[in-house]
Amino acid sequence: MNVRKHWFAIRKDLSGQRSWLLGLCSFLLPLCIWSLVSYTPWIWHPMVLISDPGGVAYFQKDMLVDREIFNKENAFMREEGESEARGELANPIYLPAPHKVVQAFITAFQTAPIRRNDPWLHQSILHSITVIFYGFTLSAILGVPLGILCGTFAFFTRIIEPFIDFIRYMPAPAFGALMVAFLGIADAPKVAIIFIGTFFQMVLVVGNTTRLLDKSLLEAAQTLGATSKKLIFHVIVPGILPNLYRDMRILLGWAWTYLIVAELIGASSGISWFINQQAKYRNYDNVFAAIVMIGIIGLTTDQILRFIGHYLFPWERRN
Amino acid sequence: MNNLNLPSYLEQEPDVRARFEKIRQRPVVLKVQHLGKIFPGTDGDIVALHDILFNIHRREFICVIGASGCGKSTLIRILAGLDYPTSGQVLLDNQEVKGPSPDRGMVFQGYTLFPWLTIKKNIMFGLKMTNHGNNYAAEQALQWIDLVGLSNFANAYPHELSGGMKQRVAIARALANRPRILLMDEPFGALDAQTRSQMQAYLLQIWRNVDITILFITHDLDEAVYLADRIVVLGTHPGHIQEIIEVSVPRPRNPDQFLTPQFLATKKRLEELIHPPEKNRQEDLPMIRLTQAGDEVI
Ligand SMILES: Nc1ncnc2c1ncn2[C@@H]1O[C@H](COP(=O)(O)OP(=O)(O)OP(=O)(O)O)[C@@H](O)[C@H]1O
Ligand SMILES: [Mg+2]
Repeated sequence: MNVRKHWFAIRKDLSGQRSWLLGLCSFLLPLCIWSLVSYTPWIWHPMVLISDPGGVAYFQKDMLVDREIFNKENAFMREEGESEARGELANPIYLPAPHKVVQAFITAFQTAPIRRNDPWLHQSILHSITVIFYGFTLSAILGVPLGILCGTFAFFTRIIEPFIDFIRYMPAPAFGALMVAFLGIADAPKVAIIFIGTFFQMVLVVGNTTRLLDKSLLEAAQTLGATSKKLIFHVIVPGILPNLYRDMRILLGWAWTYLIVAELIGASSGISWFINQQAKYRNYDNVFAAIVMIGIIGLTTDQILRFIGHYLFPWERRN
Repeated sequence: MNNLNLPSYLEQEPDVRARFEKIRQRPVVLKVQHLGKIFPGTDGDIVALHDILFNIHRREFICVIGASGCGKSTLIRILAGLDYPTSGQVLLDNQEVKGPSPDRGMVFQGYTLFPWLTIKKNIMFGLKMTNHGNNYAAEQALQWIDLVGLSNFANAYPHELSGGMKQRVAIARALANRPRILLMDEPFGALDAQTRSQMQAYLLQIWRNVDITILFITHDLDEAVYLADRIVVLGTHPGHIQEIIEVSVPRPRNPDQFLTPQFLATKKRLEELIHPPEKNRQEDLPMIRLTQAGDEVI
């Protein structure tokens, strides 16, 4: 049997066409389930959206009521001989249909904020990206060199890693109140939370990546005349670069998860502020739109970084 | 083979004898003096090397041979300066070896080319580490690439090369630094038989054209006899020198010599040293029967 024709072959690549197809499906399947739940009346739909309140005194047009209550009231109306209420089956307001979210996605960027001084959605997003940028850059500037030192010299491993191991178990948001006390309520404490959330992990991850570099490459370089400093800059750094780049991509994803907490401390801001505001007004379609927006930003940056990596590290392109 | 009437491996034709005479006149490049190495192990200390003593003359080709685990890699790592002896010392041109240095080039069994550098830059690496200019390094690298026959691959990355090609680059990379001695630890061990004999021919050709002394580790008897002037035979537990054999096969060597009487005689002697006959008899091995089938299937 031809192995290439198998969809399930252990540790074998699929053809490009199949990979694309599966990648598409990984988005289409959840969308299908969501559509199915939203558009098929007999799947779930525990609520009724009133179109005509009939004789029920407290029903109003466009009101959402539980199906049970709706049926009970209508049974009562039938007994009384009054006109029944009418409406169509619906899902709870916190599960808007896909097309609602798509609409919200477009209108959210076009509608002015409710209060005049509040930011537009794109301003909120930009603000979030700025916070992530500063927090992550700061943590990379300090964390990468420190990690490389830890992975290279036992001295630094022993003197740095135990304490970092201790700190990294403290959840970054726990420092929120402290950071506000130190740094005020503007963006500084938010950047600090992103920094705390990524820096300590980064030192350990980069240290490990550095240790994984094949030792025989270092020995080969030594027999070719490389001394300590040259070993670091001509062998260790270029040797770990592709893995380091991959680590950074993963850690950048972590930075986004810390963002939501970071933005809620002090004066709340950015995309989390937007989400909270919209939830307050029960505009759940806008909430979904904003969450999807975060996903899109994350996925796009990661894909762009992957694409750049492909060109930065030509020797990593296998087959 | 035992039935053949082989000459003694010690018998040398006049021109071979004259050649060894000449080699002995040459200056000594590397002196290995009473080298010992003890590893602290979990079940007590492991004596990996015991009282290793030999000299290598300029442009000599020495093979070190021995059973697996007898300390061949340990020896070559100490010579390279990657490991330290627990007793004795190594002298290169009468200077004590104290660590790795570009005057002792090394080719490893595994592939140790730098994957992020092209073939040309891999070969330039040593020259740049020893503070040569970029232009000089590039010029030299191209020469070495030509010498190992990889002109079409100057800008390829190591992962685009076959195993044999990679080892050719590794040899070029080590030689580009113009070391006094080239240390090779089973460099062709991972190659298939055909590539291997090709590489042996390449190596002899390079050795003829470049002023270089070679110490070559292998556990392949044919390889040792084919390549070496002298063969250092190591024994196990602890690793010690059993005998240093002068190979009586005349040079230049070619694969047709594999069946000449001198070749076979030398190889037979190596076999006796490495697999002593009394230890290798099949009847002595405890053997569990793992098949239900009768002997008629054999
Ligand atoms: N770093 C080490 N720590 C402890 N023991 C070691 C170490 N390196 C080697 N040894 C021991 O020294 C002995 C010689 O090992 P070595 O690798 O030199 O053998 P070898 O002749 O190269 O074997 P092979 O042909 O399999 O490569 C072995 O018994 C091994 O267990
Ligand atoms: Mg070995």
